[in-house]
Amino acid sequence: MKLPIYMDNHATTPMDPRVLDVMLPYLREDFGNASSRNHVFGWKAEAAVKKARQQVAELIGATDQEIVFTSGATESDNLAIKGVIEYYKSKGDHIITLKTEHKAILDTCKRLERVRQERLDELKLLRLSQLAERDVSPEEVAELAAKHDVENDATYKKWADMPTGGARVTYLDVEQDGRVNLEKLEEAMTPRTVLVSIMFVNNEIGVVQPVAEIGALCRKKGILFHCDAVQGIGKVPFDVEAMKVDLASITSHKMYGPKGIGALYVRRKPRVRIAPIIDGGGHERGMRSGTLNVSAIVGFGHAAQLAREELAEESARILRLREKLRKGLTDALDMTIINGSLEHRLPGNLNISFAHAEGESLMMGIKDVAVSSGSACTSASLEPSYVLRALGVDEELAHSSIRFGLGRFTTEEEVDYVVQLVVDKVRKLRDMSPLYEMAKEGIDLKSIEWTAH
Amino acid sequence: MAYSDKVIDHYENPRNVGTMDKEDPNVGTGLVGAPACGDVMRLQLKISDDGLIEDARFKTFGCGSAIASSSLVTEWVKGKTVDQAMTISNKDVARELALPPVKIHCSVLAEDAIKAAIEDFKKKRAARKAQAS
Repeated sequence: MKLPIYMDNHATTPMDPRVLDVMLPYLREDFGNASSRNHVFGWKAEAAVKKARQQVAELIGATDQEIVFTSGATESDNLAIKGVIEYYKSKGDHIITLKTEHKAILDTCKRLERVRQERLDELKLLRLSQLAERDVSPEEVAELAAKHDVENDATYKKWADMPTGGARVTYLDVEQDGRVNLEKLEEAMTPRTVLVSIMFVNNEIGVVQPVAEIGALCRKKGILFHCDAVQGIGKVPFDVEAMKVDLASITSHKMYGPKGIGALYVRRKPRVRIAPIIDGGGHERGMRSGTLNVSAIVGFGHAAQLAREELAEESARILRLREKLRKGLTDALDMTIINGSLEHRLPGNLNISFAHAEGESLMMGIKDVAVSSGSACTSASLEPSYVLRALGVDEELAHSSIRFGLGRFTTEEEVDYVVQLVVDKVRKLRDMSPLYEMAKEGIDLKSIEWTAH
Repeated sequence: MAYSDKVIDHYENPRNVGTMDKEDPNVGTGLVGAPACGDVMRLQLKISDDGLIEDARFKTFGCGSAIASSSLVTEWVKGKTVDQAMTISNKDVARELALPPVKIHCSVLAEDAIKAAIEDFKKKRAARKAQAS
């Protein structure tokens, strides 16, 4: 067994050597531009891209014409959300998403909210200038708005109701197990809702959302459904037809392919339209301009094919290892909590809190094992994970959580080693922890007046 | 985050981990931080009647820097008088351990823990005196 051990497969996966083998020719002799129509270099590249498009489409039950290659999932998420809001602005401007989504979704939504707010501020200024019969400065707005009651002014309201280029966003809470409540989702839908964006599998807690139910609900309501499917694709069955998904973000490097390549699935029937966010030569049917990254696309395609062929066998194997890890840790250690639903969970994910042993400190103790911590102590902010907090996980427990991500190349030997190491280190840290000692003595930690917050 | 060798050494070989009897009139206990913030430090000092710190013990829930900061101050305070210990500042701790800016908080906790432990000891002594008189 080689050290260090990689157990952070949610962050990225190592490239499968079989993927690299199919890529290499496209970095050497077959280097053509897939858009070059008049020579054999271009034709070869085009054919390779066509094959890869087919491979990616097959993995998700789509057709090759529905796959738009992008630089990765962040771009796909941006393209889906901004593209839909821009294209359907005459229809509405409301988005529904979850508090536990990836930052690529949340930050994109926040930007659209800012765009809308800036536009409303401009409109208010304009209307106040009209009402005051003079040019109004931004500093005067508050004062004049009180006098003219611009919020209830019919003309202003009519203007504000027109497309702003931005969006209003509902960030839904999740249940304690990390899953969306379908009734609450339906309640949040309005006649102006154009898009629901809910992820397939959560990147921190590995919880699988009821995507088929969400898809059916959205279809019934005539609302588009975007799914950031990055963490689950190739590991848990995903089918855009069965699940009625309209747009799906995918990335190659979470399925043992190269980094820097991903795709957005855009449904053809019934047709979904998006406005591009990158302008240029009109590649990818105008939805994403830019010369295609042929070798990466070829690798992505092959990674998708391998994932499809090996999904059943691989996920069963990884699930068995994950359960071995879980049982090994929870049998040996008291006061451990699994964060998020255990039933609806990615086979390779174990997000676990070891009460009274701090996460970052534990990571330092197991430095030969690459994992991720729910404690954000390593970053500039000292806030624990927003995903764990959205689940209602106690802040102390959020500081004590570790995310294990098992993958294709994880071995049984590695799992055995990790169990032993983590158990030893948690015990060591707890021996050093005043909180563990107090808990053992039966002191309610909540009853203590702590000095800092 | 890259830690200094000193932080790693204290983390791997923490000095003076343990618990003293907090009912002992010569033991001052300082408990600082909060579980929600991810750092709780408990420092206990055994102080002689003439104000000499004879022994020190700590228990810490927190990151490597927090553990190292508390371990370090237990070494520093032993053999010092209460007045000398009161002059130990978080800056001394941060400098000794080469803490990065985001971890300065841990050294502040260590300084606070010393002060809280000494304060606890003084309170106990005052209470004892009041009882005696």
